[in-house]
Amino acid sequence: MYTGKVMDHFANPRNVGELSDASGVGEVGNAVCGDIMRIYIKVENNIITDIKFKTFGCGAAIATSSMVTELAKGKTIEDALEISNQAVAEALDGLPPVKMHCSNLAADALKAAIIDYKKKNGMSTEGLEMCPGCCHGCGKEEKNTD
Amino acid sequence: MKAYLDNAATTKVLPEIANAMAAAMVENYGNPSGIYELSRNSKNLLDTSREQVAKLINASPKEIIFTCGGSEGDTMILEGIVKKYRDKGNHIITTKVEHHAILHACEALEETGVQVTYLDVDENGKVSPEAVEAAITDKTILISVMYANNEIGTVMPIREIGAVAKKHNVLFHTDAVQAVGHIPVDVVADNIDLLTLTAHKFHGPKGTGAVYIRQGVKMDKIIYGGGQEKGLRPGTEDTAGILGLGMAAEHALNHMEENKKRVGALRDKLIAGIEASIPEVRLNGARVDRLPNNVNFSIKYIEGEGLLLLLDMNGIAASSGSACTSGSLDPSHVLLAIGLPHEIAHGSLRLTLSEFTTDEEVDYVLEKLPQIVERLREMSPLYNK
Repeated sequence: MYTGKVMDHFANPRNVGELSDASGVGEVGNAVCGDIMRIYIKVENNIITDIKFKTFGCGAAIATSSMVTELAKGKTIEDALEISNQAVAEALDGLPPVKMHCSNLAADALKAAIIDYKKKNGMSTEGLEMCPGCCHGCGKEEKNTD
Repeated sequence: MKAYLDNAATTKVLPEIANAMAAAMVENYGNPSGIYELSRNSKNLLDTSREQVAKLINASPKEIIFTCGGSEGDTMILEGIVKKYRDKGNHIITTKVEHHAILHACEALEETGVQVTYLDVDENGKVSPEAVEAAITDKTILISVMYANNEIGTVMPIREIGAVAKKHNVLFHTDAVQAVGHIPVDVVADNIDLLTLTAHKFHGPKGTGAVYIRQGVKMDKIIYGGGQEKGLRPGTEDTAGILGLGMAAEHALNHMEENKKRVGALRDKLIAGIEASIPEVRLNGARVDRLPNNVNFSIKYIEGEGLLLLLDMNGIAASSGSACTSGSLDPSHVLLAIGLPHEIAHGSLRLTLSEFTTDEEVDYVLEKLPQIVERLREMSPLYNK
């Protein structure tokens, strides 16, 4: 069901943990639907120099969290904001369709961390909109059957 | 090291059953409806299996109808009874913790105008006979309550519910798929009118089961064809599968007491071991009235699918009631019905044993599970040591 890359990032997740001196922290999802992702970023000279995550969720949730930290590390804030949930999934060679919505929120968590960083530093967050961060909020619920 | 702990999903076929089935397919292939010797042999094989299955649940052979398994049996009874008694009433009583074979059949019947009462259960997953009695109306034509729960292993007060049904002259069906072959089931003492069972839950083949229909209980058919199985389940009989079902029934009956004791002891070891080695866990299901092969825990701060993946990487087969493994965005309806909050229900782990389960497998799980849980908890933003 999962690709080799997903299984690799799930079994050997990169950048797990917290940053005590984080420049921004973002959290999306909720425990009710079974996925919570929290991302910590350290920003120096507009560049994400360190990044950590903590995730409660399924294999895809952990793998996408791990992958987004790898994609974002060393990038400028502007480039990091270009990372989409879709791009994270593609970097993992794809996710099962049912996981695309509910467990593919890692880029949103990164975005939330960047918004937090900008707010803390008095920067504008105009145009940076967040999804409501819950599986049931946007009417995009997916039901699969097996 | 490998450990197979998903026996509530399905069990290994006993090797002697698999061999006998293979032989029957090539040697005993006659259609049981024919009159020549090859057919008579097949017919005899069906008769023997019918006796073996009947004996397992204290029924009479003529009360056994072979089916292709649990979902078919449940659907055929619910729809067949409604079809027959629709003029008499249109109300069914069941519970919120039934298998989807019952719940989805009830939902389909609701679309045709049938009224269904889904009874609540207590924190252990039990429905009370009083609640069943209180739900009965003059329109009630069927009560359907599972014998034992497939997820949390709770055994329902079937005998008491059977007595209530009898007192009010309402037909009583039980989906006994998880109970038959594991604990004594006596359709006479339990006042059961209709029962569903399937072979693959007690070391028989997949795709073969039976329903028990008490003599005198009438129902309509939902499958059309020839006159096989009293016309209630037309279609050429799967003689090899039915042979396997009969053999599995006989084996289960002959070994029930020893298996209950041995498997029950392994279950208790697993429960005690998990409670001793992993903090913040909750045993789901009744401690006393519990299937001897079922262990179900909620493990706080982690989600079930990740747990199953890591267990699988260590050679351990298990299951969970998390949304990711239940096939929807919601965790198991059973765990929600016993009052667990969503976030706790997502982190459930079911380990189910069989007579093949060894001490070594249990020890191995008790060695690996705490490490895996700790690893996932360390990744979890909900966990603060």
